Amino acid sequence: MEANGTKGLLLNEPLIFEKSSEGRVGVEPASFDVPRADAAALIPGGLLRDGLDGFPDLSEIDTVRHYTRLSQWNFGLDSGFYPLGSCTMKYNPKVNEDIAGMTGFTRIHPYQSEDLSQGALEVMYELEAYLAEISGMDAVTLQPSAGAHGELCGLLMIAEYFKSKGRPRTKVIIPDTAHGTNPASSHLAGFKVVPVKSEGKGVLTVEAVKAAIDRETAAVMLTNPNTLGLFESHIKEIADLVHSKGGFLYCDGANLNAIMGIMKLGDLGVDVVQFNLHKTFSTPHGGGGPGSGPVGVRLVLEPYLPVPRIKKAGKKFKLVTDRPKSIGRLKAFYGNFSIMVRAYSYIRRMGGEGLKRASETAILNANYIKERLKGTYQLAFDRPCMHECVFSDKLQQADGVSTMDVAKRLIDYGYHPPTVYFPLVVPGAIMVEPTETESLETMDKFIEAMRAIAQEAKTNPELLKNAPANTRVQRVDETRAAREPVLKWTGVKK
Amino acid sequence: MEFPKDLKYTKEHEWVKVEGNTATVGITDYAQDSLGDVVYVELPPEGGSVTKNEPFGVVESVKAVSDLYSPLSGNVTEVNDAIIDSPEAINEDPYGDAWMIKVEIGSDDDLADLLTADEYQKFIEEEK
Amino acid sequence: MPYIPHTDKDISVILKAIGVSSLDDILGSLPAGLRVKGSLNLPKGLSEQELKSLLKGLSGKNSTVEEYTSFLGAGAYNHYIPSVVASLISRSEFYTSYTPYQPELAQGTLQAIFEYQTLVCQLTAMDVSNASLYDGASATAEAVLMARRITGRHGVVLSSALHPEYRDTVKTYLKGSGDHISEVMYCTEEGRTLPGALEGAINDNTACVVVQHPNFFGSLEDVGELARIIHEKKGLLIVVTNEAVSLGLLKPPGELGADIAVGDNQSFGNPLSYGGPHLGFMATKTEYIRQMPGRLVGQTVDKNGQTAFCLTFATREQHIRRERATSNICTNHGLCALAASIHMVSLGSKGLKTLALLNLSKAEYLKERLSSAGVKPAFTSQTFNEFTVKVEKDPDSLLKSLLKKRIMGGLSLKKFHPVLSSHLLVAATELNSREEIDRFAEELAKA
Repeated sequence: MEANGTKGLLLNEPLIFEKSSEGRVGVEPASFDVPRADAAALIPGGLLRDGLDGFPDLSEIDTVRHYTRLSQWNFGLDSGFYPLGSCTMKYNPKVNEDIAGMTGFTRIHPYQSEDLSQGALEVMYELEAYLAEISGMDAVTLQPSAGAHGELCGLLMIAEYFKSKGRPRTKVIIPDTAHGTNPASSHLAGFKVVPVKSEGKGVLTVEAVKAAIDRETAAVMLTNPNTLGLFESHIKEIADLVHSKGGFLYCDGANLNAIMGIMKLGDLGVDVVQFNLHKTFSTPHGGGGPGSGPVGVRLVLEPYLPVPRIKKAGKKFKLVTDRPKSIGRLKAFYGNFSIMVRAYSYIRRMGGEGLKRASETAILNANYIKERLKGTYQLAFDRPCMHECVFSDKLQQADGVSTMDVAKRLIDYGYHPPTVYFPLVVPGAIMVEPTETESLETMDKFIEAMRAIAQEAKTNPELLKNAPANTRVQRVDETRAAREPVLKWTGVKK
Repeated sequence: MEFPKDLKYTKEHEWVKVEGNTATVGITDYAQDSLGDVVYVELPPEGGSVTKNEPFGVVESVKAVSDLYSPLSGNVTEVNDAIIDSPEAINEDPYGDAWMIKVEIGSDDDLADLLTADEYQKFIEEEK
Repeated sequence: MPYIPHTDKDISVILKAIGVSSLDDILGSLPAGLRVKGSLNLPKGLSEQELKSLLKGLSGKNSTVEEYTSFLGAGAYNHYIPSVVASLISRSEFYTSYTPYQPELAQGTLQAIFEYQTLVCQLTAMDVSNASLYDGASATAEAVLMARRITGRHGVVLSSALHPEYRDTVKTYLKGSGDHISEVMYCTEEGRTLPGALEGAINDNTACVVVQHPNFFGSLEDVGELARIIHEKKGLLIVVTNEAVSLGLLKPPGELGADIAVGDNQSFGNPLSYGGPHLGFMATKTEYIRQMPGRLVGQTVDKNGQTAFCLTFATREQHIRRERATSNICTNHGLCALAASIHMVSLGSKGLKTLALLNLSKAEYLKERLSSAGVKPAFTSQTFNEFTVKVEKDPDSLLKSLLKKRIMGGLSLKKFHPVLSSHLLVAATELNSREEIDRFAEELAKA
């Protein structure tokens, strides 16, 4: 098989500052219809700005071409298959972008009267209810800006619960398969992290939790399905155990795309979950945000949710801040509203049946790739998986080829690489999450490419080590970036 | 990979060279190789003290970070500032130019459980 | 089914390849009693056309700042966004891509962030900026935590003229690490933080002082003097800017002694969106890089020596350092940062200065018109595009009667500062025409 990535017409493009020419204005501000203020007279001398060194001056067309060219150096979900494990790179529906762009959603001020914001509050109120239904939770807040922000929110609520009972707890148990955000959020919430090993079993055992748990344990924090793509089959027993010690079960909802309509986390004994709207609910990743990380809780934790809450009184929606037990707020205003609008639109378009079908199909797709690539690449766990599967480079090591080489070679074939070297418990991990929006043909071509690369690893390993060859820039010297940091442009403006 | 016989080793992959009352400490060839290109190192101030089996600094590559554990307790008499400016020395010459700190030996007992070159080599074979 | 391409035939091919007869064979290991019975209790799925019309209806239940004349600010500013912004950020290579972990496939995002970092440094006159944070409030909280790491001290002093929701956010973030927060009261005459008051509020355990400039009431702070005072105690000064357009006219935090500059760049390129997503920024001095949270992009070369960009200093971050990371933050607000960059570049240095002056001019005109109508500024300090006024009537009923004239007449400060029970915070931007300002003053006079 030939690598099918080719170099398109990729134009070089300098930094925007190097295109600047003093005196140009792209889009000039409106003209003055009021007297021009005398800034020098009004603003105390010490507070008036002298210059704006280096700030670029470009014409509109040069700005447009600059960013257009930059965009052409990017690979997005619309460019091709993006099987990035743990990130749920499903199709971002265009209609959601149209809807989120409606002026009734974009041009509303967070402090405008509630009477003038009933549509926004209704969308938020209903989205909370939908997420509660999908997860089996009793109440949901939409305030957190991202998954990690949601984790912090959930953990702070747990901490506050114990404090309010006059018996603060100090520990959170986290398996070694967890995302790094889990221990980082726990630490930020004031907890000591107690790691538990999955010990090669792929899932957390009740015994492992039992050995770690005590009356200081505020929560067990797990991800289900976990980052190996495996369902935590002992979750109910683990929930019972942590509840018997008076603690909570936190589930990182990063992998919710595997279980919508199949299982509800609430039924499994989960007390707190955060949703990643930018994964499960199809909102775009934006090259690194903005996302949105709502949190669902059981009734016992409801009083601790951040303020404000949205309440419905008769037919009217209102914001309520008078909640003495609340942890307070995690940001200004109410959350990443325009992301919520997209997620709301996605849920309404799919309906309950559609969401279930999405999860079922995501599972089928992952198992299909797992079955068809096992043997070519070492499977970390040869058993049915949920929405993603994890391979490693064990079979390629003999050829002196690593996971990184396979990943970079995939780029030449026109694919975004899977997640690599995560989870940490699988050395050389290659984590593939196709999602439900990819067709059989797309997966077949990807499988073919992965097999061709395994073959190349044997016959021509240099091809992999020098990959990617078809991109505008080739392997990037990350060591130099760290040893000789250049974190901004420092040239002189023309 | 080299493991000079005249050095002592720890299971945390530091080496110790004892000369009179002074112990010189660095990280092993195996440690630098597993880390990859070292880009940053953080060392304690001269005149500070270190405690056996407690972290005394940090060494970072592009994608990994590792604590440095002190093989002994005592006062830091000298710090190798040169490797802070050029951490690549840790990859190039871990046992020579890239020594990290010199410690005044407080108690010889601290040195009793350190590994010989052979023991250390055996230990890392098992760890793999 | 929307967005799922599988035909029945595809499904059977997939099942056959897996070696099972149905999905249930795969899900066999799931505890059977816990499976969802029946379907989720959610509304039935809609066609695209039905969906759009439903959401059009919902959006129509909101009244916009286009339909009303708005004088609301308070951390969310209504600015004109040039058409190039939406056009360019709508390129799906930008908005449908992930965080740039694979630099060879993400040079566009990476260079754009590198340029954004540079623009923030130029605006703030700081050495180094990160790739963005969630919003101004959470950025302020992150800055406080960072100041604690740098100084090894706990005490945090917030100006009470810092946005109340920013103060609340700091308090929430610090719940886990012991709060040790105190506030220094603003001067009720000047509407700003007095250096003398700050002197009494800090001690040798003060890690940082947080001052917003222009502050929540719109007043300019004496930042340089506040910096001198906290620096004498070897603490850090965090300067918060949530109306970033002001930086076109005001001396940047870096020239006034800020150790960490944070705030919100929503004013550049990002619509109000009912308060989110906005765009937290953070910039600091070179020596503090390793304590800074968030993503950083660096310039380097590829293996052929060609200029390239990649994420760097990743060892500060949660995916490597886990519980010892500088923050739990993973993603940032990349697309919002791109929008801000495009807006800034569209303005250029001249355009930005003009825009800032235009905002000042509108606000000064509004001030004068309101004064003529008998509504005077509540404080004596100079302001930028926002200021506080004292009204005769109850501000809430006043605002209500203005709504009948299709005017959003500012923010009643009662719920944030009970002593300011007859005060309104009003903002004017380039989007408020002279006619609108005149009409606002007239209606206020009538009411």
